[in-house]
Amino acid sequence: MLDAKIPSGPLDDKWTEYKGHCKLVNPANKRKLEVIIVGTGLAGASAAAALGELGYKVKAFCFQDSPRRAHSIAAQGGINAAKNYQNDGDSVFRLFYDTIKGGDYRAREANVHRLAEVSTNIIDQCVAQGVPFAREYGGLLSNRSFGGTQVQRTFYAAGQTGQQLLIGAYQALERQIALGNVQMFARHEMLEIVKIDGKARGIIARNLVNGELERHFGHAVLLCTGGYGNVYYLSTNAMGSNTTATWKAHRKGAAFANPCFTQIHPTCIPVSGDHQSKLTLMSESLRNDGRIWVPKKKDDQRKAIDIPEEERDYYLERRYPAFGNLVPRDVASRAAKERCDEGYGVGTSKQAVYLDFADAIVRYGKIEAGKEGNSSKSMEEIIVLGKEVVKEKYGNLFDMYKKITGENPYEFPMRIYPAVHYTMGGLWVNYELQTTIPGLYALGEANFSDHGANRLGASALMQGLADGYFVIPYTLGNTLADEIYNKAIETSHPAFEEAEKEVADRINTLMNIKGTQTVESFHKRLGKIIWDKCGMARNKEGLLQAIQEIQALKKEFWSDVRIPGSINEMNPELDKANRVADFIELGELMCVDALNRNESCGGHFREEFQTEDGEALRDDANFMYVAAWESKSAHEWNLIKEPLVYDVVKPSQRSYK
Amino acid sequence: MEHYNMNLTVKVWRQKNSREKGGFQSYPVKDISSEMSFLEMIDVLNEQLIRDGEDPIAFDHDCREGICGMCSMYINGKPHGAWKANTTCQLHMRAFKDGETITVEPWRAGAFPVIKDLMVDRSAFDRIIQAGGYISVNTGNAVDGNSLPINKDKADASFAAAMCIGCGACVAACKNSSAMLFLSAKVSHLALLPQGEPERKSRVINMVAQMDKEGFGACTNTGACEATCPKEISISNIARLNQEYLVASLTSDK
Repeated sequence: MLDAKIPSGPLDDKWTEYKGHCKLVNPANKRKLEVIIVGTGLAGASAAAALGELGYKVKAFCFQDSPRRAHSIAAQGGINAAKNYQNDGDSVFRLFYDTIKGGDYRAREANVHRLAEVSTNIIDQCVAQGVPFAREYGGLLSNRSFGGTQVQRTFYAAGQTGQQLLIGAYQALERQIALGNVQMFARHEMLEIVKIDGKARGIIARNLVNGELERHFGHAVLLCTGGYGNVYYLSTNAMGSNTTATWKAHRKGAAFANPCFTQIHPTCIPVSGDHQSKLTLMSESLRNDGRIWVPKKKDDQRKAIDIPEEERDYYLERRYPAFGNLVPRDVASRAAKERCDEGYGVGTSKQAVYLDFADAIVRYGKIEAGKEGNSSKSMEEIIVLGKEVVKEKYGNLFDMYKKITGENPYEFPMRIYPAVHYTMGGLWVNYELQTTIPGLYALGEANFSDHGANRLGASALMQGLADGYFVIPYTLGNTLADEIYNKAIETSHPAFEEAEKEVADRINTLMNIKGTQTVESFHKRLGKIIWDKCGMARNKEGLLQAIQEIQALKKEFWSDVRIPGSINEMNPELDKANRVADFIELGELMCVDALNRNESCGGHFREEFQTEDGEALRDDANFMYVAAWESKSAHEWNLIKEPLVYDVVKPSQRSYK
Repeated sequence: MEHYNMNLTVKVWRQKNSREKGGFQSYPVKDISSEMSFLEMIDVLNEQLIRDGEDPIAFDHDCREGICGMCSMYINGKPHGAWKANTTCQLHMRAFKDGETITVEPWRAGAFPVIKDLMVDRSAFDRIIQAGGYISVNTGNAVDGNSLPINKDKADASFAAAMCIGCGACVAACKNSSAMLFLSAKVSHLALLPQGEPERKSRVINMVAQMDKEGFGACTNTGACEATCPKEISISNIARLNQEYLVASLTSDK
């Protein structure tokens, strides 16, 4: 049985009650308690800073050369908060409700409500840190809309919101490093969890510069290592983003929840060839102003600008008039796939749709002309003015598009296609963000708790910072208060020795395979299997096949991979091999989970379960639960179900029509 | 966009570690599509090296969308290559022609020692931030975000400075290996905001002291940093830094 430890009482009061009654650690004792934080993105950096400020002895680890590089930095569009600065009807309840509905009723009410509650504190904290959010001329904060909502609650810094928030958290972290409260280990990768008497007590990390294995003790260990989207090989994740920390925790006993809930983002730059190493997102904020369409005629060879208005199919506006281009990501992605599968796709690959700004440019141009009080402007002049406005809003995204494709999106519509972007699944955590291993926590994208089967745009940044700044400082204390009598354990303890030996043996085995195929080639093959059979659409037959193929791939990997170089030196191929080995195992579990979930919900679309008009068909009677998987052996898992109880929201067929 | 394939020679700096001497080596690469990114071309070369039993080229990279600041490299003598306002990862192969020889080197600066091949150690930048590149506000202390209106022009100027990705191209481009553009971007970001006011003087004095300690060179206003910066951080930030430093030195209580 899983105990989510959700506080009793009315939903609105749960978090306040919890904070009022959780155990505290006095300042003198905090100094004796050591906390390990793996990963320094928004969740990790904010947790490290906040816990350092409180006086805990923190050790933080990242595989990049600096904590400022973590992939949170690439988030573009914005961060949600229930500030209701726009007076447009927003509230904590609305943000909570939108998130639960957007997640297709597969998230935990209590966690999501807490997220919505602390969302407002995040904005205040970031402003105080000097995060330069976009502002109106009156000097107040500006907002825009994101998918799945009808209010403007998204705060942003041009198309670089993640960068600015991460720099804010990074600076707060560096301040704690300077004060001696946090010790930073950059270019280190966690390769094992150390458990003593059933509790997480430390990690084994590889120093990526010299290849040495290191032992680090902590009274508690926090995994803030992001999602596993790179299991697909091609994704919008950074090249180094990986599942190794969460997967090692899983193999050591932490349950992995809802691994099949992955998010395919509708607006990314399409794949251009076999050589492609990663995909680039075009922010969801573009759907505020861009209109998505395909030609009404199949295989239309004309250029986009030569296709007249009446021969264009604005299919999102047609199918979902209430939300139009701002439907949630899963809905928008499937709709694009449907059009392309039917033969209406554009571009050389025919696997793309248009995202068109021509209307927005004219609309903004007219507003600007109106401001000048000049009604006699020609269309050309209006377009020039409109382009200026679009440039200010989305300039960096347009530049990025141009660099990658060589085409000018101010003149021609962008070509876009869905791509893997985020993973809602992750380590199972209770209300306190603790995994099923006592003392081991998971924060941010690494856990599963807040987004159900589909995450709404601008909510990942919110969750990362909520977990790090405002949740873990309370919930960690509740556990550590019982640890004040326990001194730090020497890393000569047999458990550390054994864990280090496990890691060393594994690395030795990998290096001694001396096969013929590169790590990259295995990763590509894995990605293709999972994209084809556990991607935007899944079915039983495909998933069964995928499981077989992945098991075969695993055998082949462990008998024929070629890793150059040696162990005791910098060896990026070895690092990659460690990660790909874990992705292969996770890929199998994703398919197992997708196969078990005989329904469609959010990003998980089983072709056998759909409504007549092709929408996801949930089965609340049988699947309103979190699927938490416990590792039994290499290819066997136990399924533990955490029932989802909706006290406040009434689950219904999600409609954006 | 028309695309084409090309055969190239990549002349690249190889260095086993920080202790050993490095040198150039040339490798041919074939059938490179103009649609590929520069780093994808290096990926192809590395796959080829692994198959041939050689050590692949080590280089820093992560997001591959121009924002994490991890990728570095001089490409044909220019940090991040020839395109303006660009990072190495966003440079695409249509910038090159069939038959070309492309020279690739790591950042060259005393304060950025080479770790291996094209990878350098930029931790000096983190230490400069540690010296004062923040606003000291503990979590939970903040007032409502809209209680402090900030003039839009100032907020925009602050944002323009805060866009720095900490890649180090400014240092690499500078003949003196000066870190003034990097430092001035952070000082400007925080000095332009009212929240940065309380620590304004100590911040600039401490950060400059740390920069000098790290062994970065002096600024002689040649502007190579601004010209090469992938985020087009303006050299006017350096003027602001000098002004901030002067005022702080003359009026600081310490």
